[in-house]
Amino acid sequence: MKKNKRYSIFSLARNARNYHENWAAAWRSPEPKPSYDAIIVGGGGHGLATAYYLAKQHGITNVALIEKGPIGLGNTGRNTTVIRSNYLWDESAAIYELSLKLYEGLSQELNYNIMLSQRGLVSLAHSQHDLREIERRVNAIRLNGIDSEMLSMAELKQLIPILNLSPNSRYPVIGASIQRRGGTARHDAIAWGYARAADDRGVDILQHTEVTGFRIQGGRVEGVETTRGFIAAPKVGVAVAGHSSVLADMAGFRLPISSHPLQAMVSEPLKPIFNTVLMSAAVHVYLSQSDRGELVMGAGIDKFNSYAQRGSPPILEDILAATVELFPIFSRVKMMRQWGGIVDVCPDASPIVGKTPVSGLYLNCGWGTGGFKSIPGSGFVFAHTIAQDEPHEIAAPFSLERFSTGALIDEHGASGVAH
Amino acid sequence: MLRIECPHCGARDEAEFSCGGEAHIARPKEPDKLSDAEWADYLYMRTNPKGILAERWCHTFGCRRWFNIERDTVSHEILRVYAMGEPRRESGT
Ligand SMILES: Cc1cc2nc3c(=O)[nH]c(=O)nc-3n(C[C@H](O)[C@H](O)[C@H](O)COP(=O)(O)OP(=O)(O)OC[C@H]3O[C@@H](n4cnc5c(N)ncnc54)[C@H](O)[C@@H]3O)c2cc1C
Ligand SMILES: [Zn+2]
Repeated sequence: MKKNKRYSIFSLARNARNYHENWAAAWRSPEPKPSYDAIIVGGGGHGLATAYYLAKQHGITNVALIEKGPIGLGNTGRNTTVIRSNYLWDESAAIYELSLKLYEGLSQELNYNIMLSQRGLVSLAHSQHDLREIERRVNAIRLNGIDSEMLSMAELKQLIPILNLSPNSRYPVIGASIQRRGGTARHDAIAWGYARAADDRGVDILQHTEVTGFRIQGGRVEGVETTRGFIAAPKVGVAVAGHSSVLADMAGFRLPISSHPLQAMVSEPLKPIFNTVLMSAAVHVYLSQSDRGELVMGAGIDKFNSYAQRGSPPILEDILAATVELFPIFSRVKMMRQWGGIVDVCPDASPIVGKTPVSGLYLNCGWGTGGFKSIPGSGFVFAHTIAQDEPHEIAAPFSLERFSTGALIDEHGASGVAH
Repeated sequence: MLRIECPHCGARDEAEFSCGGEAHIARPKEPDKLSDAEWADYLYMRTNPKGILAERWCHTFGCRRWFNIERDTVSHEILRVYAMGEPRRESGT
């Protein structure tokens, strides 16, 4: 297989001459080695970013990334790609802002266009209570040095002329906040870009390889059982989102996680009409327009546990009702596709990144409805945690122990809508 | 869309019900004697199987009564509906 080359305007021109038939594979498909220095389980954004930073920041390149299907087809390839760092608590601000900063330089760093679009993210208030809450958040966020501001009704009207601002609507809009650096990026590009860059530094990406168990001796992990045989490693990092409880069960401990469907849908493509990301907690929907012109929308989880990657129609009905309430102009738009992913929900709506009761086994999960925005930052601090066998200071508050100490990081209100 | 057989009213659409999560989590009998880890287990740790789960549902927009079901979390098939207080089956979960 040809070596994965740098992408540039020249490589594009060269390949155009051959009708794009001779591009080299972006990453290799090697046979598993019997042992590695570290194994990452789960080829979503979090696992791939972790493998990349292990190689890049810590020089650990003898790494296998093990994915049961093709990479990037879990939640990473199913999400609505909202990126922001306007979280209330200091601990969250630190990790989400690290992530946003890394996103801002990622296309250059990975030599892969992630199509980051910082088009601004607007949160609506529909009651005095909402308004005070978003003002409080704006101030808390600014104290952490992160951009965030209130919008006047006139500014809001100018920014989104098609938004229903009638005082007679069912839940009248009375105010809004914005994070101007918030926006969207291309989900597949995050997975593929990290995969290509990790492979380039020597990481073996093993697709269609499922982890079926852990080999644990005297409280230490020695490797993983897979559908392609046993693979040894003294360090194993697990980032499998909705399947975290299944893997914890294999390793013999319990997690405070429930797996739920989270649904989203897109409309037929429209001419450009809406150039921010909008979210409303009270009317409960969030919405953006993709580069192809499709409206992308989502809301909250289905309330029951599921591993089925599909949800129930009542949620879709709610999302559409909320969309039409805020944007009467969209009432005749046709929907094209709907899907679900299985998200790993934690009681405090914050992730778990750190050590586990098994030494050498590390866990990165609980990102639930909102872990696309955190992929670079999470991979960065998780790689450090694995390399040093010590939580990165930004990861430390997100330990599994916080459920015994009581130091929960309650982000249920994080900008209202679930993601 | 789930169709759930309320033991009191009959089969109704999911939209009439609220899901109360995992069933059979017993409140500790002697809370003063619990360690922090035991509290964490009671309050936060959850059985989250890819397979059969025993869970509580309430027929909120109907008789407003609670009951238990056993449901497959992959196929969503409801295998058993039974009363609150009735023990779980030994097999399954
Ligand atoms: C509909 C929807 C909308 C969302 N919208 C947003 C949003 O707008 N903004 C945002 O920030 N977040 C959003 N999220 C959340 C976000 O998608 C996730 O938090 C994030 O993608 C999780 O990434 P991950 O790498 O942890 O998991 P995943 O991408 O799910 O990857 C986990 C991988 O582990 C693999 N795996 C599982 N078990 C095994 C095994 N035994 N062996 C080997 N591999 C295994 C899976 O196949 C999968 O590829 C949304 C999620 C959904 C479903
Ligand atoms: Zn009933």
